Amino acid sequence: MAVAKERVGASPPPEQQSQVKWGERIIETVIKMGGISSIVIIALIFLFLLREGLPAFLDIPLRQLFGPTWYPIEEMFGMLPLLAGSLIVTVGAVAIALPLGLTTAIYLGEIAPPSLREILKPIIEVLAGIPSIVLGFLGWIALAPLIQNLGAPTGLTAFTGSLILAYMSLPTIISIAEDALYAVPKEYRDGALAIGATQWQAIWRVVLPAARPGLVIAVMLGIGRAIGETMAVMMVTGNAANIPSFQTGFFFVPVRTMTATIAAEMGEVAQGSLHYSTLFAIGIVLFVISFAINSLAGRLVGVDGVRRSRGGML
Amino acid sequence: MAMSDPVISVRNLYFTYADETEALHNINLDVLPNQVFVLFGPSRAGKSTLLRLFNRLSDLTDGTQRQGTVAIDGRDVFEAGVDVSALRRRVSMVFAIPTPLPGSIYDNLVYGPRLAGVRDKVELERRVERSLRQAALWDEVKDRLDASAFALSGGQKQRLCIARSLALEPEVILLDNPTSGLDPISTATVEESLFELKDRYTIVMVPHSVQQAARVADQAAFLLDGELVEVGDAERMFVHPQDKRTEDYITGRFG
Repeated sequence: MAVAKERVGASPPPEQQSQVKWGERIIETVIKMGGISSIVIIALIFLFLLREGLPAFLDIPLRQLFGPTWYPIEEMFGMLPLLAGSLIVTVGAVAIALPLGLTTAIYLGEIAPPSLREILKPIIEVLAGIPSIVLGFLGWIALAPLIQNLGAPTGLTAFTGSLILAYMSLPTIISIAEDALYAVPKEYRDGALAIGATQWQAIWRVVLPAARPGLVIAVMLGIGRAIGETMAVMMVTGNAANIPSFQTGFFFVPVRTMTATIAAEMGEVAQGSLHYSTLFAIGIVLFVISFAINSLAGRLVGVDGVRRSRGGML
Repeated sequence: MAMSDPVISVRNLYFTYADETEALHNINLDVLPNQVFVLFGPSRAGKSTLLRLFNRLSDLTDGTQRQGTVAIDGRDVFEAGVDVSALRRRVSMVFAIPTPLPGSIYDNLVYGPRLAGVRDKVELERRVERSLRQAALWDEVKDRLDASAFALSGGQKQRLCIARSLALEPEVILLDNPTSGLDPISTATVEESLFELKDRYTIVMVPHSVQQAARVADQAAFLLDGELVEVGDAERMFVHPQDKRTEDYITGRFG
């Protein structure tokens, strides 16, 4: 590509040439600055998190920091209940949203008549714009009493949080997954149908594998929305920093997530105290987790996925 | 000419798309076994539409209307109770754009037979080798059957798609402009394989050009704006066309 650029640059007369070069250089520099600045900002965020959170890692023994008791007033900073809370709520949300989201996307993209698809898709995309706090209200007013009536000790449970989060990530998953299915060339379906596949067999064997990179991204963005969500979850999970045990109904007990802990306690701590830096330490752990999820997504989409989508372009 | 019963028999066939354009108007023709039957004519003549009716790929388009019959081995394909998947395995289609499926070369070839219920590994491998040999692709890919089908060149992909149809051991192979994206050498390879294939199969093809039609056809049908202008022996038609319009098209006066 460098060769081609030089050849093009060599064609105009000398005085124009320097102008072209200056223009090119300025644009190139601006783009480069934009690219570098976002990297710098991310690095600075991480540095800042480290600076504020590192004392917690240094002053509290790791065994205690990841211990089972979160009781800041007594200087007991065990993150395990919060980790467990986040994990349960997120895994629950994914378990609910994944099958629902993918089947809805397959229905919209492959089975529904075009007229219905054109009505449903914009509606689903509008759902993505509902502020999370509104969904929190919905969970508090409508969902929690319902769950309590079903026999849980309280309506504010991990399950309630999972339902709200699933509902929150569904529009993202459906919309992006449907786009990925839609982008699969029609020829693939025809190719499969022409050798005797039924519609479902063509979807399963041909359309879904071809759309896999997009589907993985859809799911990961959905999960990303779920794990980072704070306010709605804070409203409906009950905020008890317990490690749910299997005996006490597991999914149907109040829990407290990492994000909710930071949001709830940040306003009350003395800056620079151990409690303060522990909250930042929670932030670091969250950062690492979402980084891990992102790289896992990259791995899953992977080189294979890139090659596939290129192959599809012929 | 009536040496044997026709494999495909079209009677009084009319076909209209959802936007009310009449794509086919009163088509009548017979395709005899073990011949290359060519459907040629200018664009929008209805060639592909007719081809897609033979194995009911036309079902995939919404809002169409059809009258008349398309009989394969004497049975109307639009009759109630016809197993469409089984029909498409007997009357298999290869498209203009190569459509390798995600997966390896081997996966592509065994997909159809597996759908048809072939489970025996030895039988599957026999079909893979035979269909690749028939499509003149075996020598090029025999050492890398596990490679992705997308890694093949354009000509190889198209021959893979032909092999994929052959692996079904169909009766009829429909080829919708199979060499449109291919270079002359690959085109020649595909055309040559047609001559060998017609010993076993009946081939209906929409050609890339009049020249290709003249090269490969035993029987030919000339379509124009949804009407069948002329049908018959290819050798006669390309030398002494009976209809003025056929003559004009063959000699390049329009189209």
